[in-house]
Amino acid sequence: MARVEVQNVSLTFGVHKAVDDVSIAFEDGGFYALLGPSGSGKTTLLRMIAGFEFPDTGSIRIDGEAVENVPVNKRRIGMVFQNYALFPNMSVADNVAFGLEVRGEKGETLRREVADALDLVQLGALAKRRPHQLSGGQRQRVALARAIVTKPRVLLLDEPLSALDKALRTDMQVELKRIQREVGVTTIFVTHDQEEALSISDRIGILKDGRIVQEGAPEEIYDRPASEFAATFLGEANILSGTAENGRLRLDNGLAIDLPPEGGTVAGDFRCAIRPERVHLSALPDAATAGGQLQGVVKRRSFSGSLSTYVVDCGGKEIKSVVQRGGGTAIEIGRPVELRWNRDDLVMLPAA
Amino acid sequence: MIRAPAFLSGLGRFYIGLVLVFLYLPLVIMAAMSFNVSPFYQLPFEWTTEWYVALSDNDGLIAATLNSLEIAVMTTIIATILGTAASLALFRYDFAGKRVLQALLFPPIAIPWLISGTAMLIFFFGTGVGRGLHAILLGHVALALPYVIIVVSARLATFSKDLEDAAYSLGASAWQTTRKVTLPCIAPGIVAGGLFAFAVSFDQFVVSYFLATPGQTTLPVEIYAAIRKGFTPEINAVSTIIIVFSMSLMFVVSRFFRFGGDQ
Repeated sequence: MARVEVQNVSLTFGVHKAVDDVSIAFEDGGFYALLGPSGSGKTTLLRMIAGFEFPDTGSIRIDGEAVENVPVNKRRIGMVFQNYALFPNMSVADNVAFGLEVRGEKGETLRREVADALDLVQLGALAKRRPHQLSGGQRQRVALARAIVTKPRVLLLDEPLSALDKALRTDMQVELKRIQREVGVTTIFVTHDQEEALSISDRIGILKDGRIVQEGAPEEIYDRPASEFAATFLGEANILSGTAENGRLRLDNGLAIDLPPEGGTVAGDFRCAIRPERVHLSALPDAATAGGQLQGVVKRRSFSGSLSTYVVDCGGKEIKSVVQRGGGTAIEIGRPVELRWNRDDLVMLPAA
Repeated sequence: MIRAPAFLSGLGRFYIGLVLVFLYLPLVIMAAMSFNVSPFYQLPFEWTTEWYVALSDNDGLIAATLNSLEIAVMTTIIATILGTAASLALFRYDFAGKRVLQALLFPPIAIPWLISGTAMLIFFFGTGVGRGLHAILLGHVALALPYVIIVVSARLATFSKDLEDAAYSLGASAWQTTRKVTLPCIAPGIVAGGLFAFAVSFDQFVVSYFLATPGQTTLPVEIYAAIRKGFTPEINAVSTIIIVFSMSLMFVVSRFFRFGGDQ
């Protein structure tokens, strides 16, 4: 168990900068998600921490020890692969025992550690099976047991749940979290699934084009995205762009809204973001009784179980609002509405 | 599997039966005649083992058989080890000239053995390697190598590099990874490659004929020489033994490694 520190790390493949001057620290025992679209460099960063790739420049420290030139098999890490990578020629127990055997462990100690690891992932009963006799979720658990039985300093997971169907994935997220808590190992989890990153990790690092664009606790990143990319990649956001002046933002379509209190001093081209669930709607008898931050007309409506999503046309600008479906009746399409939100929920974004 | 219409399946069975008859009938007749008294394939069939007794006294044929087996086994071992190592290198690493090397591996299979044999004879003569069993072994290994590499590489193409990465991540050395993960996973390919190497060598006539010397010869060359002198039923006897041996070998290997199936 250890702290992992990545400092000014870059790696170029040919002309493509896969990872570009990344610095990030993973605290001891933390559960981190590296989140980004494909090609953002998240897997390359993970493979450098593992020791499969070596940075052109920069340093990687595990537990204070510089490891950027240490090969993977000397780094004492555990890794779970996207396709599980279980050894097809070995039983479940032999797969789990592999990492201990290559270290020279044998006999009773080895058997007990393997049994404990399989119990931890609740697969003790299947020790003698072959990987091809297991379901996807069971293979995932074996891969996890195999990775943690060697007591690695850091556990690295490369999109480990992406091959599972949705229901199973949610179960495994809970399970993974439980096991990580129980073992207490520093865990770095690569995913492109933002919901997964939000629900599973203590902290999230968002990557784009080989750089970390934001790093923080899930709520912090969700509530206070530092860029338009972070705002739109992690969850949905309405982006409002216009010209700021005297604490108000004049949108490109001529309408104006109040900026949050700290926006009093900004001027010129400016962008704000607001989450759809922070936009509250109420129907107006007619367009004349104006109120709220903005007014508009309901253009589209869709519902997904407990939530309804409205798209409101505000003078040509579409704004999304997500509301909990309560007992009240839905607002029909074509109906004039007013949009309200708390000024503090409006997030100011740096100039693009 | 899609069930074939009845008339097609009947026709299919007839066709397969015909193929099997053409393949096996000559062999069955040969085996039967090795136990027939008449040396001229005359009927009625009269049981005898005199040709096998005669064979046991034919030192030339027995020596050639042992030579053939020895060379085939050594070719199998050498070509399988070299070929598997080469396949692993081609699979794992990128290096300068890799594509050229891969492209150069295939043509020898298409070059007629007659030409390879002539070229080897000239080359071995010129370089002082000369002729004899050692030259035959060198030639057979060279002929067998591309087959092993192609078969083992085909197997490696279905092998996920992630498995090796997983082994490394668990602390295994390169050798431990190769021995405990890679080789067991590609074992059916290695065995198949070895069988090819064995067959290329054991069945080899043309190249052996060029490189053999009197006294240092292989079974096919010896049988050819014997037939030229005059056919004797001892040839049937030795051939029958070889057929039984080869078929048992194939049977055992295919039982241990179910080819095609993934496990």
